Amino acid sequence: MKRWIIGLAAAFALGVPSTAMAQCSINNETPLTMLSNSFEAWKIMSDAMTSCGNFEGTLDADYRLKVNDALAANPAVFSMVGVSNSTLTPLVADGLVRPLNDLVEQYGADLLPSQLITVDGDIVAISMMVNAQHLMYRADILDVLGLDVPETYPEVLEVAAEIQDSGLVDYPLVGTFGAGWNLGEEFVNMYLGYDTPMFTADNRPNVNNEDGVAALEMLKALGEYMDPEYLSFDSTAAQQKMQQSQAAMTNLWATRAAAMDNAEESEVVGMVEFAAAPAAFAGGAPATTLWWDGISIAANISDEEAEAAFKVLLEGIKYDVLSQHPDAAIWLSNPAIESDVAVGAQASAAGGAPAYPSSNLIGIMHNAAGEFIPAYLNGETSAEEALAAMEDAYLTAAQENGLIN
Amino acid sequence: MNNRTFWWFVGPSLFMMVLFIAGPLVGVAVQSFQQQRASFETVERESCTPFGCTTEEATVPITGDDGRIITRTVWVGWDNYAALLNGPAVRNALANPGDALRQLAQIPFWDALRFTVTFALVTLPLVIVLGLLLALAVNTLTEQLKGPTIFVTLLPFIITPVIGALAIRWLFIGDGILTAGLERLLQQEIAMFAQGWTIELMMLGYRVWHVVPFAFVIFYAGLQTVASERLEAAGIDGATRWQKLRHVIVPHLMPLIVFVSLIHLMDSYRVFDEIVGFSASGYRISLQWLTYDFLIPDESGNRSIGRASASAVLTMIGIVVILIPLLRNTWKEQRQA
Repeated sequence: MKRWIIGLAAAFALGVPSTAMAQCSINNETPLTMLSNSFEAWKIMSDAMTSCGNFEGTLDADYRLKVNDALAANPAVFSMVGVSNSTLTPLVADGLVRPLNDLVEQYGADLLPSQLITVDGDIVAISMMVNAQHLMYRADILDVLGLDVPETYPEVLEVAAEIQDSGLVDYPLVGTFGAGWNLGEEFVNMYLGYDTPMFTADNRPNVNNEDGVAALEMLKALGEYMDPEYLSFDSTAAQQKMQQSQAAMTNLWATRAAAMDNAEESEVVGMVEFAAAPAAFAGGAPATTLWWDGISIAANISDEEAEAAFKVLLEGIKYDVLSQHPDAAIWLSNPAIESDVAVGAQASAAGGAPAYPSSNLIGIMHNAAGEFIPAYLNGETSAEEALAAMEDAYLTAAQENGLIN
Repeated sequence: MNNRTFWWFVGPSLFMMVLFIAGPLVGVAVQSFQQQRASFETVERESCTPFGCTTEEATVPITGDDGRIITRTVWVGWDNYAALLNGPAVRNALANPGDALRQLAQIPFWDALRFTVTFALVTLPLVIVLGLLLALAVNTLTEQLKGPTIFVTLLPFIITPVIGALAIRWLFIGDGILTAGLERLLQQEIAMFAQGWTIELMMLGYRVWHVVPFAFVIFYAGLQTVASERLEAAGIDGATRWQKLRHVIVPHLMPLIVFVSLIHLMDSYRVFDEIVGFSASGYRISLQWLTYDFLIPDESGNRSIGRASASAVLTMIGIVVILIPLLRNTWKEQRQA
């Protein structure tokens, strides 16, 4: 029976083509697994780890829905998980990821201090890239029309109007406005751009105000310049609209920047340039949130497995691997990896864009925004009605969880 | 068959049904009256990320000795149902009759209920009529043609629903083949996914296209059992084609029509694939989708299992209610027979 399983596993392993070269400098003998988000940067790391042997990576765009349950199992379903600002918070709160201080001390001499994600002194994740939505625009079109790169959203609207009049592209703008998580993220970005807290000191919601209305009205005004089907657009859809020259400007994730110059799928190679995310108002910080991505190791696995996992993790994010793909992400690495596509995110960070808040509260509001803003954008409700519905939904969910009484 | 043998036969399946159907049903019903709550405290927390270190007040759940969050299960009575049905908002909406429908459509449960019931009731007659017409048409074909025609007709039913929905979406989305073709033909911008009613029409059309083959196969089988003497007799009595259909064939197929209706209503009341496949949730949601939405964790890992259970229970009750007229008819006929 056992031999049969091993045979099957071996056949499976052989059958899966691996594009990774044998980059790994260790020979891993402990069976390891990792669950992570699914985009190019993760594939690069997962492939590098695969070359260490006995490693299986699961890349899944819906990883955030599975990660809590997967780590709560004992033993955990995955030895490692990809995490980010927000997904790490509930894992740390529930004690599902292990402190890595000892392992970092023993093996992590090459890591930068900024790569160590710590909570009250415990190193709970190793980050290797940062990400943010920022402005990507068709430099050729702005040049032809003699327009400056917009720095605020009111300027984006002016530029969009000019592009629309010129008829050079189908739609001046495209955005990740898909109902649900994507639109929720747009709202969080825009609302925080007005520099107003989203919650009161006692965890009550605070979005049904002047800034909330202004944020919604700006989203709607932007929507007027987009393909009318924008409520179903995710990052990939927005990326493709840019690549196929059907839109001239977008506020899109830094990890998608390299795709603009990918000659295999893009018609606009060399024409797209990057800048900081526009500010909500003149003089404001760029209306975007900064994210980091990293890897955590499950608490519910043996110490031996955790040690092996940590060594493989380091192999996956080492300079030799990441520097082969300098444009796939904004890598955190020692020595640093220079990239042409990082300027937008760097400018956003330099402009004072906040990090995406990591708290229990934000997830609820993010969800409510993704659920109730579509009706406003459709013209079915007023901005105040949508914001009131979001606050109601927040209160209901927060009470259920015990966050407020 | 003696009693003992009977129980040996029925026992295992009875056990399975209790374990896998009745058990979970009771579990869901119980959970719909509960909430899982953690206790939260506000602590000063120092955290470091690539963007620097911050010390701030954070609201965090209290954990036990094992490091896991301590949750307690609270019996909340009808709270989950009340939150779902949102009585105050409904009263507000009804207080303003001219605007009531629009305001009701903003409450997720009522919005979902409206779409779900429309979906079930509009697709039903279309599926029955088209299925019957198709069966009658195929029945008149020559023997050589029947096999291939039946196979081709069944294809829509064989396709995995989500895949089918995605295929239709790609045909009709902004720059999809069909939309682009129509735009060229009509010299007019078409955006099928930019407003609710077009998406709703596409979802209705897709479901009819998908389920008609099922009705067709059942009715076609039924047609093989219509006694040819009866049809001949009707013909000799001077019955027209329509009269034969109306007075001989349809009554003969009635039990099958009721069967297809039952299955279709149950299936379509649980509409879900279309919402996901068409990325329609910005415009239209269904009860099943609402339950799913409560169940999946948000960015911070929160989920509403209580409300999801309440929504699931209400969906089950809805199915029973919508089936009552059909079941009552069947029951009456059984008693007469």
